[in-house]
Amino acid sequence: MSGSFQAELVKLVRRPAAWLLLAITLVLAVLFTYVFPYAGYAAGTAGPNTGRGLPALLPDRLVGNALGGLPVFLGAIVLILGVLVVGGEYGWGTWKTVLSQGPYRLAVYAGKLLTLAVAALVVVLAVFGVGALSSALIAAAEAQPVHWPGLGDLLIGIGAGWLIATMWAMLGVMLAVALRAVALPVGLGLVWMLAVQNLLTAIAAPLLDWVAQVQKGLPGPNAGSLAAALGASSDTPGVLSTVGGGQGALVVAAYLVAFAAAGAVLLRRRDIS
Amino acid sequence: MNLPVQTVGLTKRYGGLTAVQDLDLTVRTGEVYGFLGPNGAGKTTTLRMLLGLVRPTAGTVRLLGRPVGAGQLAEVGALIEGPAFYPYLSGRENLRVLARYAGAPAERVPLVLDLVDLAGRAGDRYAGYSLGMKQRLGVAAALLKDPRLLILDEPTNGLDPSGTADMRRLIRRLGAAGCTVLLLSSHLLGEVEQVCDRVGVVSQGRLVAEGSVADLRGTVGLRVLAEPLDGAAERARELVGADRVRVVDGALELAVEPDRAAWLNTELVRAGVAVRELRPRERDLEQVFFELIGKETADVR
Ligand SMILES: Nc1ncnc2c1ncn2[C@@H]1O[C@H](COP(=O)(O)OP(=O)(O)OP(=O)(O)O)[C@@H](O)[C@H]1O
Ligand SMILES: [Mg+2]
Repeated sequence: MSGSFQAELVKLVRRPAAWLLLAITLVLAVLFTYVFPYAGYAAGTAGPNTGRGLPALLPDRLVGNALGGLPVFLGAIVLILGVLVVGGEYGWGTWKTVLSQGPYRLAVYAGKLLTLAVAALVVVLAVFGVGALSSALIAAAEAQPVHWPGLGDLLIGIGAGWLIATMWAMLGVMLAVALRAVALPVGLGLVWMLAVQNLLTAIAAPLLDWVAQVQKGLPGPNAGSLAAALGASSDTPGVLSTVGGGQGALVVAAYLVAFAAAGAVLLRRRDIS
Repeated sequence: MNLPVQTVGLTKRYGGLTAVQDLDLTVRTGEVYGFLGPNGAGKTTTLRMLLGLVRPTAGTVRLLGRPVGAGQLAEVGALIEGPAFYPYLSGRENLRVLARYAGAPAERVPLVLDLVDLAGRAGDRYAGYSLGMKQRLGVAAALLKDPRLLILDEPTNGLDPSGTADMRRLIRRLGAAGCTVLLLSSHLLGEVEQVCDRVGVVSQGRLVAEGSVADLRGTVGLRVLAEPLDGAAERARELVGADRVRVVDGALELAVEPDRAAWLNTELVRAGVAVRELRPRERDLEQVFFELIGKETADVR
């Protein structure tokens, strides 16, 4: 198991696509959370995010700002990472190569999950890092006092971000195992996260009460509620207080476990060809 | 006794298609066993079942005395149906990663790279490898654990003649060093003939013949070119019996032990027959192979 974990870690760290995804994540996070709102504020234009004004960009709002992207667009990138880590083995036909070296299937799988959990933590920490840097720069440029969030809030925020990111990664894993590929799971995962979820929230839920109820059990709205409870702005897509933060955290954790378990059952049972 | 490979009643069905049927395969310690059959005969499917990648529909598998799935594939190395590696890693990195999965020491990596003659290009990305280099890396990966049982599925695919000869030498050497080798092949019967102690022929999922190469070839004989042919045939019939002499393509084919060649030559010459050529006649494995497969096909129809 530890051998499998090390092997997976090496494979991920050496994989150029993984670094590309991380870079895109950070660029998106900085652009949409800080650069565009700040540019809008500096130019004095009115827009959906400018109402928040300068205070929303300062260091004391770090936790909410860093979590805002995870329910949807940063989450989508972590989902792709999850698909890549597992689906790559199907795409390259390397399952047989790995498994004929003798490890148990579930040991390899556990190594993958652990690696993804580490990767999700790295992504979240990096998002917090660039967020801290951006907000400090803005505070300096605007000659504002710098107040950082308390350590407890910071740790809870990082933990919540990690939970949400890992949950999306596990959805990617499950889709990759179920469809035994890379392209289709990425496509379907993104359609779900970027289109279906938003359509449900924006169109179906206001019309039909039962859709609104079902929504409260879906991973996206729960992740969004968790982020909202920790200060993410509800101007960000996917961030919306449909349920309480505590329930959000529980449901997200339950999905994390369920996705991982479903992938494990499928991988164990099916033939590797 | 812990046989390297023992399957009983091994069967795999894909829907209505029976890929492997009731296969009893036994490979003994220290031998090089050739598992032959035409494309689609079920060789790779059998191998996948041996390694636990594919679940048998029925039957059991034991490798080195242990049921598959009960433990790791300790002391077993395998190359299955063409090499597959991570394209963004170098050959060496690929092997290092696999050594971690296998729990094999990293020091094995340069060793096995040397064995397959790939040390010089080990630092290049796998994506840039030629077909033959990929194949060599596949064999290297199979050797990582210094296996007691080595299973190679068409290991010479894509190798040039010198690479093929190297592979043959490597397999012989491993066999001599006490490693049991199960070699799968759909062609290259000449190769198999040269390296294998025993062969099993599988056709449409069933084992249709098994034995040493000599066994499978069956009765051997002598082939004689002589002038005049008629006189030679007549004398030969007197010497060894009419039912053992046939005239084929302007030559005599005699169903007698090859070590009677000298005696036969003397007798023919004494009878005034000029013997131009006299040599052992062997059915080659290819011929046997076609007969076996042809027969099986006929049975099924
Ligand atoms: N996953 C699968 N689903 C359906 N049929 C399969 C599957 N795998 C193998 N088969 C079928 O099983 C039969 C045996 O295939 P197998 O790959 O074992 O043949 P082989 O002896 O290795 O042939 P080759 O010499 O071409 O490698 C074939 O008819 C093949 O189509
Ligand atoms: Mg095959």
